[in-house]
Amino acid sequence: MSAVTLGLPSFPPRSPEGAGFLRGTEKFPVAAHHELANAQLRRNIGKATHTIRAKRLHVTGELPDWEELRDAGSAIKTDVMARLPELLEKFEAAVIARGGHVHWAADANEANAIVTELVKATGSDEVIKVKSMATQEIGLNEHLETQGILAYETDLAELIVQLGHDKPSHILVPAIHRNRSEIREIFLREMPDVDPNLGDNPADLAGAARKFLRHKFMTTPVAISGANFGIADTGTLTVVESEGNGRMCLTLPKTLITVMGIEKILPTYQDLEVFLQLLPRSSTGERMNPYTSMWTGVTPGDGPQEFHLVLLDNGRTAALADKIGREALNCIRCSACLNVCPVYERTGGHAYGSTYPGPIGAVLTPQLAGMHGKDDPNSTLPFASSLCGACFDACPVKIDIPSLLVELRHQKVEQAGVTAESVAMKAASFAMSTSTRWTAAQKAAGLGRIVAGKKGKISTLPPPLNGWTAARDIPAPPKQTFRSWWDSDEGRAALDEARREGKAGK
Amino acid sequence: MRVALFATCIGDTMFPDAAKATALLLTRLGHDVVFPPGQTCCGQMHVNTGYQPGALPLVANYADTFGDTSIDAVVAPSGSCVGSVRHQHEVVAERYGTASLCGQVQTVKAKTYELSEFLVDVLDVTDVGAYFPHRVTYHPTCHSLRMLRVGDKPLQLLRNVRDIDLVELPEADSCCGFGGTFAIKNAETSTAMLADKIRHVADTGAEFCSAGDSSCLMHIGGGMSRLQMGAKTIHLAEILASVESRVHA
Repeated sequence: MSAVTLGLPSFPPRSPEGAGFLRGTEKFPVAAHHELANAQLRRNIGKATHTIRAKRLHVTGELPDWEELRDAGSAIKTDVMARLPELLEKFEAAVIARGGHVHWAADANEANAIVTELVKATGSDEVIKVKSMATQEIGLNEHLETQGILAYETDLAELIVQLGHDKPSHILVPAIHRNRSEIREIFLREMPDVDPNLGDNPADLAGAARKFLRHKFMTTPVAISGANFGIADTGTLTVVESEGNGRMCLTLPKTLITVMGIEKILPTYQDLEVFLQLLPRSSTGERMNPYTSMWTGVTPGDGPQEFHLVLLDNGRTAALADKIGREALNCIRCSACLNVCPVYERTGGHAYGSTYPGPIGAVLTPQLAGMHGKDDPNSTLPFASSLCGACFDACPVKIDIPSLLVELRHQKVEQAGVTAESVAMKAASFAMSTSTRWTAAQKAAGLGRIVAGKKGKISTLPPPLNGWTAARDIPAPPKQTFRSWWDSDEGRAALDEARREGKAGK
Repeated sequence: MRVALFATCIGDTMFPDAAKATALLLTRLGHDVVFPPGQTCCGQMHVNTGYQPGALPLVANYADTFGDTSIDAVVAPSGSCVGSVRHQHEVVAERYGTASLCGQVQTVKAKTYELSEFLVDVLDVTDVGAYFPHRVTYHPTCHSLRMLRVGDKPLQLLRNVRDIDLVELPEADSCCGFGGTFAIKNAETSTAMLADKIRHVADTGAEFCSAGDSSCLMHIGGGMSRLQMGAKTIHLAEILASVESRVHA
């Protein structure tokens, strides 16, 4: 017997349960129930998404080559996913060659531990942060707090969310669910030395935040950022933002730690040209974002003198291993799909229970963190869509989100085994697979007329169909199906008449 | 032209008027309309709910029924079902079917059309000689709009209807919230979407909300019926099939 045990092939690990924010506590329909009742949220999100939709259409419409840009973006990302290991190794070598340090984190726990150790090594117990989806995904701020390190968000909306002990509800506009009087109250309660007569107009609120943040920028020696793109050829990292707080974090502190998802790679500097056109137009509806910061390793005497890059997997390799689902990794986090999604518009970001809400979140979250059985909230996300396709039309890198949702539904159903629904679907498939069986089933459907009674409509149905009749009627099935009309004297006479009318009209 | 009518499962059973109107309209336009009785369902419900293998017999049945070479075109009064034939059948056939089914699916999909596409693109007709003296608004269903890209073809047809008062639906391209089993699995979100759609229909003052899909109309009509709104839903085919001698009530 051989002494070598080969073992079973193992699937790449998903993001671990219990770490970070890739799993909510409630199933989507339950969480949506709470959010649908939140009038403030409904008003804010409806207004914001409509405004940004119009802006996006305006600035994409003025580019004659917008569709070609989308195709280019899609092609570059697809190529990146096809040769990710090679590009990552190249990227790592380039970062090290320019004086950076590279750390590989298999999951949220590893990434949090690496960052904690790096911060502790600086001796600081405070860090300033650039808005970052990756660090939100792994729950870095919360982890640092358990280790006695305070992380301050410097993006205004992120700061509002953080001080409000709240969670972001939009990728790009995290505090979209808050109004200004709420923000004023949060600032008064949480910020030191705030003028008690602080007004609630945007300029006053921004002023208070600026004063608070300036002090942090000038005194905190460590910054943590995410990255929009990393360029394999040169080891360059990029952050794209609107307020300039990012630039302060990326230039003032002594130490910079960047946490980047491994899918954020672009092969060459020139590829950035495509994405710097696609991203701002798709996200904020601007031709160009106000601040684009790039850095490559360290430069003696200028900017942070120590630079660490943490490359985060956290389920990305698992997503990459799925040849259909991997398309979701092409996402550049622009939030265009959120802003056009009719489901997101009504339920907001919290209903999705993940750092990544909306249509892309509904495909990305279950792929990164898995769908573990029928009680897992993530298993309800692929169903949180009417498959209207608005997201596919809006996506700057043409991710076919509706098809990916359908694919994940298929995976979920395959996992679930035999359920009441699968039995019903099997029965429907059997009944519809031949016309003989189908006409028999149609006769049974005709029984609906008895349920409908004299009023000719059905207003109550038993579970699970009562979801329909809670707000909608169903007409009684007609006495005659189409096919029986077609075979009837009445049908033949009507068609004969139409034939005569046609000939007469010629 | 020999045109096979695909009535769709929901059309055949619940909304026969849309299929009747399609048959009468195409007959009046001088075509030989046939109804292959072997037809059942396109399988979209199974695919969209996650039951792809369950869709296989339906995809195979569709290909068998309409594969007949004497049929020049298959026409359905549904953007959604035609969208499924065009975009989902090959996925199901490639995964679970035989090589010969894959071939059949490609052939049949190439001759399957949604009604407005068939009239405008294939027959090159935008005036079908219809008469409909009512105020009407039109909801472009998501799958007609985004899976089939029918664009303004339904509106081109409606604009040529005699005596129609066609009024624009605000936020027309927003989903009505139907989405098949979405309307049941996420009933409350679906209802919130429906509420806005119905509000927009009401704002137009239209007597009829029309569309090219009976399932979306069932959703919108179901909500309007519950609210006792007074306005009704009507399939695009029924308007186009209306003539002065038989005005739709």
